Amino acid sequence: MTKTPGAPGTSAAAQEPDLPIDAIRPPRPGRWIAALVAGFVLVWLAYTIIVNENLHWDVIVAYLGDGRVLGGLWVTIQLTVLSMAIGLALGVLAAVMQLSGSAVLRGASALYTWFFRGTPLLVQLIFWFNIGLVFPTFGIGVPFDGPKLFQWQANELITPFTAALLGLGINEGAYMAEIVRAGIRSVDPGQREAAESLGMSHRQVLRRVVLPQAMRVIVPPTGNQFISMLKTTSMVSVIAGAELLTVSQRIYLGNFEVIAMLIVASIWYMVLTTIASVGQHFLEKRFERGHHALPARIRRNLRPFGRGNA
Amino acid sequence: MVRISSVRKCFGAVEVLKGISLDVPVGGVVCVVGPSGSGKSTLLRCVNRLETIDSGRIWVDGDLIGYAERDGRLHHLSPAALSRQKQDIGMVFQRFHLFPHRTALENVMEGPVVVRGVPKDKARTRAMELLERVGLADRAGHYPAQLSGGQQQRVAIARSLAMDPKLMLFDEPTSALDPELVQEVLAVMRDLAASGMTMMVVTHEMGFAREVGDDLIFIDGGVVVERGNPREVLAAPRHERFRAFLGQVL
Repeated sequence: MTKTPGAPGTSAAAQEPDLPIDAIRPPRPGRWIAALVAGFVLVWLAYTIIVNENLHWDVIVAYLGDGRVLGGLWVTIQLTVLSMAIGLALGVLAAVMQLSGSAVLRGASALYTWFFRGTPLLVQLIFWFNIGLVFPTFGIGVPFDGPKLFQWQANELITPFTAALLGLGINEGAYMAEIVRAGIRSVDPGQREAAESLGMSHRQVLRRVVLPQAMRVIVPPTGNQFISMLKTTSMVSVIAGAELLTVSQRIYLGNFEVIAMLIVASIWYMVLTTIASVGQHFLEKRFERGHHALPARIRRNLRPFGRGNA
Repeated sequence: MVRISSVRKCFGAVEVLKGISLDVPVGGVVCVVGPSGSGKSTLLRCVNRLETIDSGRIWVDGDLIGYAERDGRLHHLSPAALSRQKQDIGMVFQRFHLFPHRTALENVMEGPVVVRGVPKDKARTRAMELLERVGLADRAGHYPAQLSGGQQQRVAIARSLAMDPKLMLFDEPTSALDPELVQEVLAVMRDLAASGMTMMVVTHEMGFAREVGDDLIFIDGGVVVERGNPREVLAAPRHERFRAFLGQVL
């Protein structure tokens, strides 16, 4: 072993030399040039947008708070939240069926995801809107053409809004089923065994042990689906759904401000997705409970009489 | 307390248990040892029906596990009845399997609150007593990931005890632990045995078997090769296979 001047020896801690690291970084010319190019492109893009007279910024600002636009915005929010709720419920149901011991239940679930992931959403939306052509009436009562207790005309039930809910929700359920299934399968089988050993029923195991842990895996892609759904609702414009894009289109058909109105709609979509991303972040943190071992342990050990949750 | 009679179990074409019979008296501690793959863990898992058996009978406290006998025929128990049987049998796993999204205290409260419907404040008091008993009252608010392996295993024991089981099953409870953490878990198990709990322990800890066990069962290749008082059989193993096994683990 070579002796280095100032190297720590066997002396007491008080005599240990202080050796600060104040190193100089090597130059990164490639990175500097890339940053310069990217910065230039950004400034140039901003310039062309700001000075462009065809963009009518005054119109955009004027229509951002327009009553009809805000109405469309509200419909978009409703459609997104409700169809995600339907999708989540159907997804959990289909996922649980997929993991069931019964081949009939598994088959029904597989058929559902296969069909609704296999056909375009646009086709499904138009189909639901025109369901009256196939089933003119809906009723509650004895199946197979038996007597009915209640009966409705399809034309009364199926508005653009309900057709949109059906189309978006049922389609979403097929995708959510796969997400939920992956989440449930990600939970260690030992967890199920431990819960069963306590005497929990299958329902209790699922609700108390498996699903809460599956949420860690389910929440990130579900947030992704939610953000995607915010914009997928614009497809409802093909059946005149009165959501943000439909409303914007109606306005530009009157005032011919096509680009301006599309930008108005886009700005609102971006606001919604930004809010949703923030919400997703907090939801993920909530379900990470118990999974950030070390930092919390260190924090607690630093506190003299620390107890309770980090 | 436990009567196991001619139990056979196959995984596919492989028969892991080839007719095993044994009895555990009330308050008795039976240690099951054997090489890996000998079927000792499977036997334990059959007792609380994490595995189903292919033939034979298992009784715990007089109840036939998994079936009801009526009119000379066996009937499968309903899922609810199966769950009820499991409430009386505590199980401690090699890899603890604490619920990671709940604190130590919540883990211990979970069984009584969810399964028995015990009011939360009552369950909390009892859970704190149990954590005290395993020496972890000061870790009640910690999540499993914030505890050492030995501490997690002690919480897992407390979680099982919270259901007031008649029988405790231990499936290699110290095999996943660092050597210096093994003793704290064994100490808790020693206390439990001294308190009169009936226990079946699959283990490699011969010292524990010698000291605490009333009976030692050596399983190899799905059959019981040697059994007897642990102090006697460990001092003077009768079968060559057991002697060879002890040569490897001691």
